[in-house]
Amino acid sequence: MKQPITTLLYGAALLGFSTMTLADPGISPTASDDEARGLTIMQERKARDTGWQNSEASLEMQLTNAQGQTSSRELRMKNLEVAGDGDKSLSIFDTPLDVKGTAFLSFSHVNSADDQWLYLPALKRIKRISSRNKSGPFMGSEFAYEDLSSFEVPKYNYRYLKEEEIAGHKTWVIENIPNDEYSGYSKLVSWIDQQEYRVLKTQYYDRKSALLKTLVFSDYQAYQVATSAGENKTFWRANKLTVDNHQTGKSTQLIFKEYRFNTGLTDADFNQSKLKRAR
Amino acid sequence: MKTPFFIALALSSQVASSYAMEIQGSIGVEQRSFVSSAQYPNQGDHQTSLTFEPEFYWSWNDEQDAFIFTPFARLDSLDSERSHWDIQQAKWVHLQDSWEFELGIGIVYWGVTESQHLVDVINQTDQVETVNGDRKLGQPMAHFSLIQDWGVIDAFILPGFRERTFAGKKGRLRTPWVVDTDEASYQSSAKQKHVDWALRWSHSLDEWDIGIATFKGTDRTPILLPTANATLQPYYQQMWQVSTDVQATFNEWLWKLEALHKEEQDQSYRALVAGFEYTLVGLAQTRYDLGLLLEYNWDQRRLNAPTPYQNDLFIGSRLAFNDEDGSTLLIGLARDLEQMSYSGRLQGSTRFGQHWRLNIDAWLFHSNVATDPLYALRKDDHISIELAYYF
Repeated sequence: MKQPITTLLYGAALLGFSTMTLADPGISPTASDDEARGLTIMQERKARDTGWQNSEASLEMQLTNAQGQTSSRELRMKNLEVAGDGDKSLSIFDTPLDVKGTAFLSFSHVNSADDQWLYLPALKRIKRISSRNKSGPFMGSEFAYEDLSSFEVPKYNYRYLKEEEIAGHKTWVIENIPNDEYSGYSKLVSWIDQQEYRVLKTQYYDRKSALLKTLVFSDYQAYQVATSAGENKTFWRANKLTVDNHQTGKSTQLIFKEYRFNTGLTDADFNQSKLKRAR
Repeated sequence: MKTPFFIALALSSQVASSYAMEIQGSIGVEQRSFVSSAQYPNQGDHQTSLTFEPEFYWSWNDEQDAFIFTPFARLDSLDSERSHWDIQQAKWVHLQDSWEFELGIGIVYWGVTESQHLVDVINQTDQVETVNGDRKLGQPMAHFSLIQDWGVIDAFILPGFRERTFAGKKGRLRTPWVVDTDEASYQSSAKQKHVDWALRWSHSLDEWDIGIATFKGTDRTPILLPTANATLQPYYQQMWQVSTDVQATFNEWLWKLEALHKEEQDQSYRALVAGFEYTLVGLAQTRYDLGLLLEYNWDQRRLNAPTPYQNDLFIGSRLAFNDEDGSTLLIGLARDLEQMSYSGRLQGSTRFGQHWRLNIDAWLFHSNVATDPLYALRKDDHISIELAYYF
């Protein structure tokens, strides 16, 4: 049963790609220059954020509904940089208290669906979950799973749009078209700070091309991290991420309380059997 | 014998220095009401109960060592057998990157399917707790795990056996004759002291999550023998089984299989559950995810099987609201394909604020065949509402 369906989906994806290629000749040389420029900027963005190896952070997530009522939850995230593929991440929930001890493990991939497992402490059960949910809300928030997965260059096609100034920072505005057929977005527009190649803002457009939400990164902090090559490199992390959903009026704030690098995490800490030990 | 001493030593030596202790848990109140009047004498139609389950966690040695203690108690207004307590966990855990060791009482879950937990054999089912057997009794164990690139090996030595719980004379959801748990008998002369063992290899390879296991020891499911006093006597035989559980995850499709071969005292048989869960993400442009479940349950013993899942199809639907209260709703129907018999379930859950969770469970049972295990439950359709406070 599954084979024909997978093949069908794959076929549809290929068809989608070939139509895009056919449309290409219509694009002027300037447009392809903009694509190359967009790609170069995003490659540099990735290069500057490569080499941090592993990190841990505690964070608070504040959910605000359209009526302005807020609720908060606390979690911890552990991340492992994987060379040549998407990163591995482990999230452990501390509140709300009925889900305390729930752990979410994700291996993101550049060219295939992410692998995800959930540990349910009440049943002591580790469950492999569908990776199809990447467009779905993370923990009932306005963040989708895909918003929190690691940035990898091949996930999108890029186009440089213009320059703009945001809060005193000169930025490049880049359009990102997701390659993944399961992405919940038709496009993303990112404002990249020209000095440090940090993302300051991203706008998400839904599959019908309507503006869905705006994510603003603020309170950037620089961390000096010893890379595997032995040199000290600066990595920037935003302490505050605010996403506003323009269609529902809801918003979510992620507040990072503590970022630590080189905490000794290894691949072994991200084995699915370790999920039941997450605390 | 040296190990408990070591735990005591390690614990006491850490009291002076820095050690971490955490407490969490829940207190719940549950009301269970039955739609039809009782079919057997002494049974009631309503039961109210209180539950308490704290968890204490001490860690030392930079969390490489920990002691976890989780007692559980339920006080029930109707059924003295449902009023019970258990130690769910009381174990020392030692963690390394490539191996782990736990000693004490614990709970281990194996399996992937939803309609029944066929291969999950380490722990005894606490049958008075839930209809679908989700709740287990703590099992004494020494458990060693080896975690390698080629998979995880879990080895268990299981000294001490836990008897299954059964509803008492006044309780619902029981056989016509009450199971007299004080009269349990065993094939093994070692009785409850028989030492069981189990071995499991599990691995995650791309889309595939695979487990292969073997278990030898006291069967968790007793044979119920009628006695002269019009009660049933649980008889626990020795058994040996091999089992596998496999899940293949292809985007919105989860393909699931649990299968076993079991050698008992007088017979051997095979059984399986196989099916899929298909998820519609963002149903009709909403935040909702709708999962569609289909599982086929088969048991080689056919109508002689003591389980209702001998040739049954389970159809279910799971709705995840993806809201801030983590609301979910599961509706399922298990239909026997050989005789007129089915069970239906509705399970809903949502959160209030930071501390409260509400669970609603409703079950209905139908059977026309007196030999069917569901026949005894045909008047036990009920709804149960539980409100739990988490701390």
